[in-house]
Amino acid sequence: MLTRLAYRSLQSLLVTLCLLITVFATDLRAQEDLRTMIDALGEGSFAKTIEQVEALARTGDPKIVPALEALAAGDLYLRKSDRQVFLTKPAGGSLTLVDPLTGAEAGTESAGALTKIRVNNSLRRAVRSALGGLTLMSPDAGVRLQAAQTMLRTPSADALEQVEAALAAETDARVKPVLERARAAALLVSDRPDDEKKAAVAVIADAGGQDALSLLSAALSSADDNLRPELEAAISSIKERQALWSAGQNVWYGLSLGSVLLLAAIGLAITFGVMGIINMAHGEMVMLGAYTTFVVQEVIRTSFPGLFDWSLAIALPLAFLVTGVVGLAIERGVIRFLYGRPLETLLATWGISLILQQAVRTIFGPTNREVGNPSWMSGAFELGGLTITWNRLWIIVFSLAVFTALLFLLKKTPMGLQMRAVTQNRRMASSMGIRTPWVDALTFALGSGIAGIAGVALSQIDNVSPNLGQGYIIDSFMVVVFGGVGNLWGTLVGAFALGILNKFLEPYAGAVLGKILVLVLIILFIQKRPRGLFALKGRAVEA
Amino acid sequence: MNEKKPTSLLYLDGVSVSFDGFKALNSLSFVIEPGELRAIIGPNGAGKTTMMDIITGKTRPDSGEVFFKGDIDLTRRDEAEIAQLGIGRKFQKPTVFESHTVWDNLELSLNRKRGVFATLFYRMTAEDNARIEEILSTVRLSNRKNDLAASLSHGQKQWLEIGMLLAQEPELLLVDEPVAGMTDAETAETAVLLKEIAKTRSVVVVEHDIGFIRELGVKVTCLAEGSVLAEGSIDFVSADQKVIENYLGR
Amino acid sequence: MITSFLLKSFDRTIVIAVAIILGLALIVPALNLLTSPEHPLHVPTYLVSLFGKYLTYALLALALDLVWGFCGILSLGHAAFFALGGYAMGMYLMRQIGARGSYGNPLLPDFMVFLNWKELPWFWYGFDMFWFAALMVVLVPGLLAFVFGWFAFRSRVNGVYLSIITQAMTFALLLAFFRNDMGFGGNNGLTDFKDILGFNIQADGTRAALFAASAVALAASLILTSGMVRSKYGKILVGVRDAESRTRFLGYRVEHFKLFAFTVSAMMAGVAGALYVPQVGIINPGEFDPANSIEVVIWTAVGGRGTLIGPIIGAVLVNGGKSVFTAAFPEFWLFALGGLFVLVTLFLPKGIVGTVQAWRAKRKDYRKAAADEAARGQSVAKPVAAE
Repeated sequence: MLTRLAYRSLQSLLVTLCLLITVFATDLRAQEDLRTMIDALGEGSFAKTIEQVEALARTGDPKIVPALEALAAGDLYLRKSDRQVFLTKPAGGSLTLVDPLTGAEAGTESAGALTKIRVNNSLRRAVRSALGGLTLMSPDAGVRLQAAQTMLRTPSADALEQVEAALAAETDARVKPVLERARAAALLVSDRPDDEKKAAVAVIADAGGQDALSLLSAALSSADDNLRPELEAAISSIKERQALWSAGQNVWYGLSLGSVLLLAAIGLAITFGVMGIINMAHGEMVMLGAYTTFVVQEVIRTSFPGLFDWSLAIALPLAFLVTGVVGLAIERGVIRFLYGRPLETLLATWGISLILQQAVRTIFGPTNREVGNPSWMSGAFELGGLTITWNRLWIIVFSLAVFTALLFLLKKTPMGLQMRAVTQNRRMASSMGIRTPWVDALTFALGSGIAGIAGVALSQIDNVSPNLGQGYIIDSFMVVVFGGVGNLWGTLVGAFALGILNKFLEPYAGAVLGKILVLVLIILFIQKRPRGLFALKGRAVEA
Repeated sequence: MNEKKPTSLLYLDGVSVSFDGFKALNSLSFVIEPGELRAIIGPNGAGKTTMMDIITGKTRPDSGEVFFKGDIDLTRRDEAEIAQLGIGRKFQKPTVFESHTVWDNLELSLNRKRGVFATLFYRMTAEDNARIEEILSTVRLSNRKNDLAASLSHGQKQWLEIGMLLAQEPELLLVDEPVAGMTDAETAETAVLLKEIAKTRSVVVVEHDIGFIRELGVKVTCLAEGSVLAEGSIDFVSADQKVIENYLGR
Repeated sequence: MITSFLLKSFDRTIVIAVAIILGLALIVPALNLLTSPEHPLHVPTYLVSLFGKYLTYALLALALDLVWGFCGILSLGHAAFFALGGYAMGMYLMRQIGARGSYGNPLLPDFMVFLNWKELPWFWYGFDMFWFAALMVVLVPGLLAFVFGWFAFRSRVNGVYLSIITQAMTFALLLAFFRNDMGFGGNNGLTDFKDILGFNIQADGTRAALFAASAVALAASLILTSGMVRSKYGKILVGVRDAESRTRFLGYRVEHFKLFAFTVSAMMAGVAGALYVPQVGIINPGEFDPANSIEVVIWTAVGGRGTLIGPIIGAVLVNGGKSVFTAAFPEFWLFALGGLFVLVTLFLPKGIVGTVQAWRAKRKDYRKAAADEAARGQSVAKPVAAE
């Protein structure tokens, strides 16, 4: 049994070996033949060379493509000593020879030992058609695709017929549309009748993109009046589509900024929106969250380097805890004595924000601290005409997740119910047996904790410094006020609306002026609707 | 009703307003004649305070007409303008300037020029002085005139506020629950005060206290769910089946 | 009319405060200029400028107190009015440099030459004349406050909402003034001043004069605000603070009253900024920092809002403390300032002056009550004796 198996294996091994050798040998032989044919390019008149090119083309072997391309470009040389043909690369004073088939280097020669193989226009045309035919007809669909793309980029009237022939024979769904476009591109520079050209314009315009735009623009410069309107219409339609893509990119940037604003503002939507506490130290909660991430990463770097990709997952609950506890302390220690005095709360929490900033500056130093991106947060990918970075994408996802979780917490859990009860009617809630002081404290801690986990996310895209929070506080208040105080959905819409508005203004006004414009617009908006986008109406609000 | 418009002091027709889908007033219509003292009753949420908000320009109606003195459209004016036209309003919770003295409270309420520069260069005249003294004695606060309003009792604050309204010399006074939180003696005195005031101007009193309204002995309008349920003397209204169901019975 | 307004503005506290301030306006420059540096009472020039700076801060705090203490408008944008006044003065001082700048351009300030600008922007016209610049010092902040306030008060933006949008306003201005193409020197602002009204800005005499000017401006503003808050207008302002809707239903256009106070206050802040710039020698966009506006609030709160001399005392105390503190323990100044915010709001909500006043009023009440008691005791005793 065992010997039989071994025998069979050996047998199959041998067969494979033989087959391999045969293939290799044929290949070698073919290579030798090709080599002689290429060497023959260096001999005789132009007419002779043309014949030789056509002969090469008939082999249908893609290996000859570099040699032919070099020939057309006037880069093919003949070594006088042994009448072999080479490509060259300049190497100091002399030239490095390159084998035209294998691409391997084959020593150096002085310029005097080589003769350049001369080309004229008819030879060039022959080479081009040979090349096109070779690659366009290649059995490999990938090669055909590449050839078609080359044809599309450098359209020539000479290649038109070849392209048409290739198109007729093409069956691959990937290659065919490119070929069609290549045909259209070639047709535009040929002397075919205008009707066909109009159809070609339509084909190119459908494809769109910067290439199509340059093709059509080139055609426009030499077009007659008959074709001009078609071309102009096509160009403007492509430009419109491009504008659409760039608008799409702006929307993406806007969504990204919006998610950052949402993260920064969402904790504030709880403390300011739901509880009515003006917490000017909110930005510092975000900052503390970011520093928590920094500390977690430091510990991981020094002690558990393998866990680095998990650093954010570890930092999230820790940041929530740290900032939540700090928030709890602030509420119990200061804010609870100031309920009903919003302006005093504003001042006291501003004082707290100064203390927290200085504390962090004293402990961690005034400069930016390095917080790294885990591997899954790095890099980018393309989506249509958009470039999307992973960290931005994850932050959008994360902000929405935090939002959803918070919404769920407020609407569906007992704690959320108590919170809403206390904020709507404190006395009634208190007489129903709810311990309002603790609900206040926990709500504030929750808002602060959320600011902390926002800090974890923001540490991925912003500089982690003691001033981190300052940059967000005004924007966060704007978002909450714009969206309508006391309304989580308003905060969501407000954040994304302001983010997108900001990014749409930027191209016209620049980053700084765009931000100023947004601020001015919000100020004007608040004049118009002092209670924000989604304001509650009626008497209850006044009380 | 339209023919009444020119002669009536206050004319509401088909006034509706809603907050987030809740209809606070539903096609409310009624008329106040010059010199009339009118009581308005109704359960919580009947729209009594909203009605006052509309008359004084704090809330704009979604639809309907509100006219003062025949042809002055109140829906197009704001609070200050309406107050200057001669409509005074007393809030449910006594609202006086607590960090001013009783005297200053009345001085600020006097019906004089109310512009920024007029007040900046205002000088007390003998006439104004006499007027304030007169009001002080009307609302029985002469001996407290130099005290801060914050130091007054609840009932005294109510009277101070009524005094401030008198100083304003309105043609129409809207009074929201004037006797809430008052002792019985204070309530009785307030009834006398209001009847005295109504001799020279129209007064609309919103009140829950049926006893107090009986004491006033005037025409009563009962509101429910934002519109008029019944109107007439207190005995007539309190006998009305709908009123009993909606308000008194419960 | 005006005389009655002025007469009303003087009560004992104000008279004493104005006398002290004007006394300082005479004494400090005299001690600086007339005594030799070795003299024990000599006030060195750097201190004159430092105290001068405090006086402009005091004026700024007084301006804020007019709207916050008396009208309940917590503006977090007063640093912006201060800075705008400062920029107007800075522009005048820049034009006075003339051809003495590093580039020697007779028309364009250095930073414009550096930015390759060919001509003076239109909004720099006129600033070579002092009267024009002085006008702009009050007009520009006044106009901004008027327009901003007109929108805000008309739409009844109140309380913290107003605070937040005034903060957004100064933040927007901060960003705007950082831009080079705004034409105000960008990041570096305006500096390297040489002359004011033809006098060398570094000279001791000029410094002393600027100190005196600051003191006079503060005294004048104190009289003005005192007149305002003691008039019927001022009483209405307090009414707006305590019971806005009552004021409205009495027929007062609350928005006009707020707007007037806000605009006057912004103009005072502008004057303070204009006096500040020549004494510190620079104005840059950092002055628009929202943090500065909030610091003004704490000066006012420490001294006592709703009192007129409180903000002056608060501004001088806090800034004096800051000067001492930042020299001795620079690390801890922010801890101290932050702590001050918390402690004052928690334990001293009326501020120093307010607390003292409340304490004195209480004592007076107590004495009066004791006197009443004694009087009543006698009157009760009499009928008993008669029986």
